[in-house]
Amino acid sequence: MSDNKDKIVVDHMDLFYGDFQALKDINLRMPEHEITAFIGPSGCGKSTLLKSLNRMNDLVEGCKITGKIEIDGQDIYDKKVDVNQLRKQVGMVFQQPNPFDMSIYDNVAYGPRIHGIKNRSALDEIVERSLRGAGLWDEVKDRLKRNAVGVSGGQQQRICIARALAVEPDILLMDEPTSALDPISTSAIEDLAMELKENYTIVIVTHNMQQAVRISDRTAFFYLGEMVEYAPTDELFATPKNPKTEEYITGRFG
Amino acid sequence: MTNKAASRQRKEKACKTLVMLCGLLIIALVIVIALFLVVNGSGTFIQYHHSVFEFLFSSDWDPSDTPGVGGGKVGALIYIVGTIYTCALALLIAVPFSLAAAIFLSEISPKFGARFLQPAIEIFVGIPSVVYGWVGMTVLVPFIAKKFHAPMGGYSVLAAGIVLAIMIMPTITTLSADALRSLPPRCKMGALGMGATRWQAIYTVQVPMAKSGVITGVILGLSRALGETLAVAMVIGKTRAFPKGILYPTNNLTAAIAADMGNTANGSEYNLALWSMALLLLILSLICIALIHLTLKKKKEY
Repeated sequence: MSDNKDKIVVDHMDLFYGDFQALKDINLRMPEHEITAFIGPSGCGKSTLLKSLNRMNDLVEGCKITGKIEIDGQDIYDKKVDVNQLRKQVGMVFQQPNPFDMSIYDNVAYGPRIHGIKNRSALDEIVERSLRGAGLWDEVKDRLKRNAVGVSGGQQQRICIARALAVEPDILLMDEPTSALDPISTSAIEDLAMELKENYTIVIVTHNMQQAVRISDRTAFFYLGEMVEYAPTDELFATPKNPKTEEYITGRFG
Repeated sequence: MTNKAASRQRKEKACKTLVMLCGLLIIALVIVIALFLVVNGSGTFIQYHHSVFEFLFSSDWDPSDTPGVGGGKVGALIYIVGTIYTCALALLIAVPFSLAAAIFLSEISPKFGARFLQPAIEIFVGIPSVVYGWVGMTVLVPFIAKKFHAPMGGYSVLAAGIVLAIMIMPTITTLSADALRSLPPRCKMGALGMGATRWQAIYTVQVPMAKSGVITGVILGLSRALGETLAVAMVIGKTRAFPKGILYPTNNLTAAIAADMGNTANGSEYNLALWSMALLLLILSLICIALIHLTLKKKKEY
């Protein structure tokens, strides 16, 4: 395992939706420049935990968190933290590609613009860099003015990744980013994720265990709101310590 | 057993026929009314040999009221301008307020909105237009007279525009709020996930994405404003002159028809000129409906 320093630390974290406890005493350290995968059956809390890392759960009424989540040593639920700055630092890619109803260029330039960059040539540069980063530049450079809603699902998802990269985050959260895509687009996104970890720390939620094996450095298995096991991916899949983990990864439930 | 089945089938058939007849009746009624308007409304141009150009672009209005005798003047421009002027002003006032109310309803405070604002808006729709006109006459008109020293005691384009704006706000608000609510949450999440503030997400992503619904609401509101008669007639001042500004009185198509239709001889030039104005209103609302269909057709699926 690498000796990269811990980027994200989850410390004794509980999460409640009203009276329902969705996450129970989660403890997790995710190192820099690695891909961490969250796996587990539907409703196990893996997406909930992911959305806690950029405070998207704040938008859910009745959501309450105790314990701590630190990014670069800073408690992100501290009152002094600016949520909008946090979400700029912690980008997110969603399950369904969700490009905005505007041109490809405007989609990618969206983040920089809302954070105050107006200069045209600076924006041009960011758009090109981000689209290159998402491996999409050569495919779309001649049709940046085309509406992003009109391109294929796989391209839409890569536009969304480019859009997330454009605000220069350090962390990318991916919530089942390939579950709505065909196999070819899926493998393009997976290759991309492995390139991106050079510069970013990536956390990915996936239903697809092969995907976790293919791309992640570490895997956390969740079940009924608890983190059952967390280990380097090879270890977790080769020699699971917990019988529940073994049952899940061998396909006996889920 | 077979008897029962046969009687059931007869009933089924009778119901089907009845429903179909009702549907056909509605279609027939629409066609008949439209034909009636076309036949009567074209009399000005066919029977009395006026040009469409004169009707639309001249302001000389002096039609003859003796059946069979033409030679008067049928320039309806003042009424047309009055209609456009009051409707445009109404939209100018109503659209920003309605959009704000729609955002409040769908985004800012859905619970409070559903409990208080939505019922209030529904009540608005149910108020008869004579009430709007009367309130306008007793509250708004004197207010405008006092505040702005308007001529004609406050009867004005402004009064008509405000009354119309209040009448069309519920339509625009309801349709815009529905459009905003029907957007999948992932669009909003995408913006918020980039670090956009709630307000930035609303005006840079959500409102633009809901624009076809908003436009539909605006056009529906506009067609209501075009056709509204009583409330406008009560506050517009019914003066046959171009308004020199929003504080001046004028007249519009609907108010002129309503005021004069009973006083003209059937088939006279005057009478048919009023029918032409009615036909013009029908054409305007058909254009509105066509625009709505065009907007909805262009609507994308997200």
